[in-house]
Amino acid sequence: MSDWSSLERFLRTDPLDAGCADTFDLLDLYVEERLAGGDPEGRFPGVAAHLRICDPCVDDYEGLLAAVSTR
Amino acid sequence: MSPSEPPDSAERERARPQAAYRDSRDWVSALAGTGSVREQAIADLHALLLRAARREALRRRAALGIDGPELDDLAHQAAADALVAITAKVRQFRGDSRFTTWAYKFVILEVSNKIGRHFWQRRTWPIEQEDWDRLPDRFGLRPEDQAEWRDLVSALRRAVDEELTEYQRTIFSALVLGGVPADALAGKLGTTRNALYKALFDARRKIRANLVANGYLTLDEVERS
Repeated sequence: MSDWSSLERFLRTDPLDAGCADTFDLLDLYVEERLAGGDPEGRFPGVAAHLRICDPCVDDYEGLLAAVSTR
Repeated sequence: MSPSEPPDSAERERARPQAAYRDSRDWVSALAGTGSVREQAIADLHALLLRAARREALRRRAALGIDGPELDDLAHQAAADALVAITAKVRQFRGDSRFTTWAYKFVILEVSNKIGRHFWQRRTWPIEQEDWDRLPDRFGLRPEDQAEWRDLVSALRRAVDEELTEYQRTIFSALVLGGVPADALAGKLGTTRNALYKALFDARRKIRANLVANGYLTLDEVERS
């Protein structure tokens, strides 16, 4: 039986979603909170909601995480 | 030099300038200053950004399909454009994060932008037609279960036709059916990733509301409250 959850997830919008621009503004803080072992999802729920659905911003998040981790 | 090759020792030295900058204030002070101090800080920052751009380009090269000098050129362009953005905004840096973390995000974004532009070397615009055949694969709907999802996909297509504006349909078609990366589409349409995301966000909301109203999807507890 097919799993429709992927399509449903794509169509579901989260009112907390910060969008790409606000996520970019906060991404450095989000990454530092992650690397410090903090709670970025709790501190920045709008960014966390956005990163659950926006692949390009996830790419940037992972890239920044990698860049900061290897400096 | 290819980004996959290790940098020589001289380049390694140039790429590790942080010893001269004890903290974020040193960076900002030097970049906001004048004369040789500022020039040195700009050179040091460029070296830092180039190293990050090369690593990021390497990290994403599988999706890019390029390597060697072409990939290195992309990294150079990203570092140069990030440097311009950072020097223009350095007085806006508030010190909430480390300066280098703040700076890195600009070069990561520029690598994304360059990758988006590179996409059009392999594809043509406009996307020739809406390819609805891609949709099941895009969302993991298996061909053998077509009897189960055929009606839902047909309803989705009707919702796209009936509910979306022409602009929203263009974006939905390119991003969802055509597999065009958001940064590539943003560059082609002369807009931003954020603007595209907002348009697609509204489109998703409209489509879902239509599918709920027509009984294909159900409201969850949060939406009912």
